[in-house]
Amino acid sequence: MRVPMDEKKVARCRELAGSIADDVQRYIDGHTSVGAERTFLRAFGADGVDDQGAPLANLVVDRYQKAGLLGRGVSYWLGRALASGARDIQDAAERLAYAPDLDKGEGGPDRDAVARALAPATEAAIARIDRARAEREANKTRMRPGANPLKYVIVATGNIYDDAVQAKAAAFAGADIVAVIRATAQSLLDYVPHGATTEGYGGTFATQENFKIIRRATDEAALEYGRYIHQTNYSSGLCMSEIAWMAAVERLDMLLNDAMYGILFRDINPCRNFVDQYVSRRFIARSGIIINTGEDNYLTTADAVEKAHTVLASQFINEAFAKRAGVREEQMGLGHAYEIDPWIENSFLLELAQAQLVRQVFDRHPIKWMPPTKHKTGDVFQSHVHDAMFNLVGVMTNQSIELLGMFSEAIHNPMLMDRYLSLKATKYVFGAAKALGDELSVKPDGVMGRRAVQVLDEAHELLVQVERDTIWKAIEVGAFADVKRTRTGGKGYAGVCERSPDYVNPILDELEQS
Amino acid sequence: MHPTAPAKLLRAYGDRQGDGMVQMSFVLELPPSARAREAAKKFAELHGLSEPLVSTMETCAEGYTYFVVYGHSAHSVDPSTIDVPEVRTEALSREEIHHRIETRLGRKIVVVGACTGSDAHTVGIDAILNYKGYAGDKGLESYKCFEAYNLGAQVDNEALAERALALGADAILVSQIITQRNCHKENAAALIELAKRAGWRNKMVMLLGGPRIDHKLALELGFDAGFGPGTKPSDVASFLVEWMCGDREKAVMT
Repeated sequence: MRVPMDEKKVARCRELAGSIADDVQRYIDGHTSVGAERTFLRAFGADGVDDQGAPLANLVVDRYQKAGLLGRGVSYWLGRALASGARDIQDAAERLAYAPDLDKGEGGPDRDAVARALAPATEAAIARIDRARAEREANKTRMRPGANPLKYVIVATGNIYDDAVQAKAAAFAGADIVAVIRATAQSLLDYVPHGATTEGYGGTFATQENFKIIRRATDEAALEYGRYIHQTNYSSGLCMSEIAWMAAVERLDMLLNDAMYGILFRDINPCRNFVDQYVSRRFIARSGIIINTGEDNYLTTADAVEKAHTVLASQFINEAFAKRAGVREEQMGLGHAYEIDPWIENSFLLELAQAQLVRQVFDRHPIKWMPPTKHKTGDVFQSHVHDAMFNLVGVMTNQSIELLGMFSEAIHNPMLMDRYLSLKATKYVFGAAKALGDELSVKPDGVMGRRAVQVLDEAHELLVQVERDTIWKAIEVGAFADVKRTRTGGKGYAGVCERSPDYVNPILDELEQS
Repeated sequence: MHPTAPAKLLRAYGDRQGDGMVQMSFVLELPPSARAREAAKKFAELHGLSEPLVSTMETCAEGYTYFVVYGHSAHSVDPSTIDVPEVRTEALSREEIHHRIETRLGRKIVVVGACTGSDAHTVGIDAILNYKGYAGDKGLESYKCFEAYNLGAQVDNEALAERALALGADAILVSQIITQRNCHKENAAALIELAKRAGWRNKMVMLLGGPRIDHKLALELGFDAGFGPGTKPSDVASFLVEWMCGDREKAVMT
């Protein structure tokens, strides 16, 4: 099954998106952020918290940011401490955090000495990421992943040990991907909590230790059920890049990673979020993690019929951003959703046309298909039918990753039996309609054909406009999700810092070369 | 209503009046077996179901069984003995709202809303305040006689109070969606406490909304009214008009 698609127009959309991303990339290349610098410090191996629970990475970076010295990059100061006699990275970082006198860069080791001092740690930092990637790839050849669409479910108990139990239960019931939803406020924390956590509202904190606990559970489940189980978490909010690094070394498989989402829905400052996204995606590119983008969310605030093209336009832009960070198409899980009012006549046909269009435009990408949420009600029986129709589109259009709908969506976080019934129904629809998409063809001038043409046309028009006005302006006027954000507004802007001409960052240099 | 018997006592209605038919589904922590089936029956009986029929018994996770059970509920309710304060449901027309505010108040009603605490889910507050509204019912932003400010998600009670005072708000709308371990109640009650301590509680009308909120709960928490799922912007607008420029008693039916 294919919908009509003008290849030239698709190519033109890619050019426009490229130009939009280039404009932002120029800004990114001249800036860093407290979040980004903390990430490099962690990647070098600086770890731990003080007696108040404040991470060492924060103590160092905040100190240098306050002193106005972060523009040279935290790596530079770390390198100077090493070249001046620190025993190792940890000792060097602790000196930066706690030494009574702040190194202001006067005299002492020169740039070359700093580079020499950092070289072994840089190599080790990259090797650690590469090792984790090799281990994931070896595991995937031993235990093959299930067939597409991969069935993605969430767990969100607030307690990481309960999450581990639920993750295994989900794998038992047939899930391929388990995502641990984060505690609701975490996107706005400007530090990553430390250690295993058992208290969180709306989800569980993303911490490096929590990543390990779920990795252990999903690895055990994979061995038991003979099928690779993917682990997912959130690289978003003010610690987007730190979490990306943690995920890279703890062998996560997927990350929700999308600055547009953070800007629009979490009111993160756009400058901050684009800088952090770039750094996070450099780590992601190297580690082979698949990103999940959040365009599907646009349709929860904007109308899913009128604004379908904004999803497609944003996917082109997200693809362009990802390419500029070295992410391959095979790692780009661009998001879209089944959010049209189900009571509209032919709503199913419109959904089918749009989903197929996205599949064709992004044919190498592991695109992510999101379930209905906006029009779900407390009628769980009706919701179950609604999800079945969503599943039918998922299998007919060969989506790569499908987040399963839950019939209790409008009521509570999914319970054991909710998830079980969802997986059972999905298994049925995916099996019963497996080859249906291959059997059918679409009338070029029918409801579906015309819809596909219209959505691509409108996406193209929007991209022309955004390219003319820049993404900053587009975000300001509410072009996406009907949400308006200003360039210097939102959370975290104070953490953005201009790079000085002598900015030092050997890990980023290495990631950019690969 | 059944034509022959205007029942005072209501039982669940399945196939015939008075049969008390209900279905329930649940999970018990044991593998499926004849014993598990009996356990499920017993469990249903303890809930007041007679002749329980276990129509489904399946493993839903290792060591856990999912059941669907039908049975006759012995229980009945008498609705006339139930006392629930409900927010006035009669929605006024847009013209009527406008007319009343213009003639009786002579100025705009200032409304400030937010999802407070750690709650990041703005779908409810957006539906009520933003121009777009919900299900074709446009939000308060679309009314000429309302000045609506949507502060968005994850707003601290202190920040909300500060903005509301600075804007000279007539009404505060609080949306709470996340309900894990009752955090929505604590957070909402904390705002009322804050308002009382600062001495402005009675200067503003305070409304609470969300999928697990009803009028009764809102009153218990110290709010003036509560709005549950399915509330439309015009319901909130009508309530505010009655409260601000009419008879407060009429705004709430008891």
